[in-house]
Amino acid sequence: MVDFGGWDMPVQYSGVIDEHRTVRNAVGIFDVSHMGEIEIRGPEAARLANFATTNDAGKLTIGQAHYSGLLYDHGGFVDDILVHKVADDHFFLCVNAANQEKDFERIRSINRFDAQVEFASERYAQIAIQGPKARATVQKLTTVDLAAIRYYWFADGAVCGVPARIAHTGYTGEDGFEIYVAPAEAERVWAEATLAGAEFGIKPCGLGARNTLRLESAMALYGHEIDASISPLEAGLGWIVKWDKGDFAGREALLRQREAGVKRQLAGFEMRGRGIAREGYEALIDGAPAGWVTSGSPSPTLNKNIGLCYLPVEHAQPGRAIQVTIRNQPVDAVTVETPFYKRAK
Amino acid sequence: MYPENFRYTKEHEWILVEGDTGTIGITDHAQEELGDIVYVDVPKVGARVERGKSLGSVESVKAVSDVYSPVGGEVTAVNETLADAPETLNRDPHGAGWLVKVRLSAPAEILELMTAADYRKYVEAEK
Repeated sequence: MVDFGGWDMPVQYSGVIDEHRTVRNAVGIFDVSHMGEIEIRGPEAARLANFATTNDAGKLTIGQAHYSGLLYDHGGFVDDILVHKVADDHFFLCVNAANQEKDFERIRSINRFDAQVEFASERYAQIAIQGPKARATVQKLTTVDLAAIRYYWFADGAVCGVPARIAHTGYTGEDGFEIYVAPAEAERVWAEATLAGAEFGIKPCGLGARNTLRLESAMALYGHEIDASISPLEAGLGWIVKWDKGDFAGREALLRQREAGVKRQLAGFEMRGRGIAREGYEALIDGAPAGWVTSGSPSPTLNKNIGLCYLPVEHAQPGRAIQVTIRNQPVDAVTVETPFYKRAK
Repeated sequence: MYPENFRYTKEHEWILVEGDTGTIGITDHAQEELGDIVYVDVPKVGARVERGKSLGSVESVKAVSDVYSPVGGEVTAVNETLADAPETLNRDPHGAGWLVKVRLSAPAEILELMTAADYRKYVEAEK
């Protein structure tokens, strides 16, 4: 167990590699109740949601969700979040545990609309069920037709007889659901889901596998690929920035950055030499320090050592020979296309 | 679980001394805490190691951990099989997963290390 933002979190149960492969091949269950929730309500909830975030919340249909950015005025990330449109006057945000207080303060500070911002983390526990057998597992626990919930849509209904928000979302690169329930019900939902998934070989999964799964899918992790000093344009997240939707917090700074040209960019890489790149290690171009590793790990699916790093933009395209300094030795690597792993649809 | 003829460190290494040579590895407790070991970095034969100083590292999926030498001396052999099969450390930490053999420069250093009984208590207390 490790302390994670005040939560006592399991890093692993049966082992990171075993849990990782279970999610890729069958189904895994994660207790991600540490994740924070913020609700935006009121007649102008949509206007606030759209102003506070980079993606176009105005385009969301009721029951739809998307990935988005919450930025400072200077264009760096306060957090990366999921925005769910529950009703025209109600948006539900899932945010990172370690960022929830500053997210809440940030959204409140830019709220010049007729909307209320509620800190709702204590009202929700979250259980993620992920893997090719996730739907079959969750379907045993609910009468909601899960096949009718498209990817990045959600439905409110009962799971194990208790009110739940069932979102067809995830952080593993695999099909799956993230289920929000009242904290008092979480233990029972966990236990029943574990029973329901037993026929598929469900296993509990910890933070370790969550990290290797998201890394193979090249999904950003706050504090690694993104933070207050990094903009979405640098992080390869230009697709969550909707320029034409009207003003939003951080837009001006991003515009300036776009006009000036982005200087550094996130790139995926594979190790060619022996060794595993880790967060904070130096990335070299032609033997000279040029960037830094944000995440690195063995990839249990690909059986390679992979990572993400920031490089000068002119070197960030796939196929560039780079080196990573591992224990004072430069070790060869090459930039590659991301995601490293993509599931077959 | 923990062989009686080994000595142990607080950093969870073990050493088995035979004559003037000590075989060094990490304990079962250490491998369990680390999880799946994927990479092992050990010094070359002939390298000098110092008691309490890093002699190399083992790397799990999650993180890199230093291995500290229980004794001072000169490396006389390294376990070459670990380069291609680092998981041996998880499977057999007290046997086939040994890391290096060292010719002891000060054999009396061994007496300062924990016995199996001490180490068992130490691990229990850490939990």
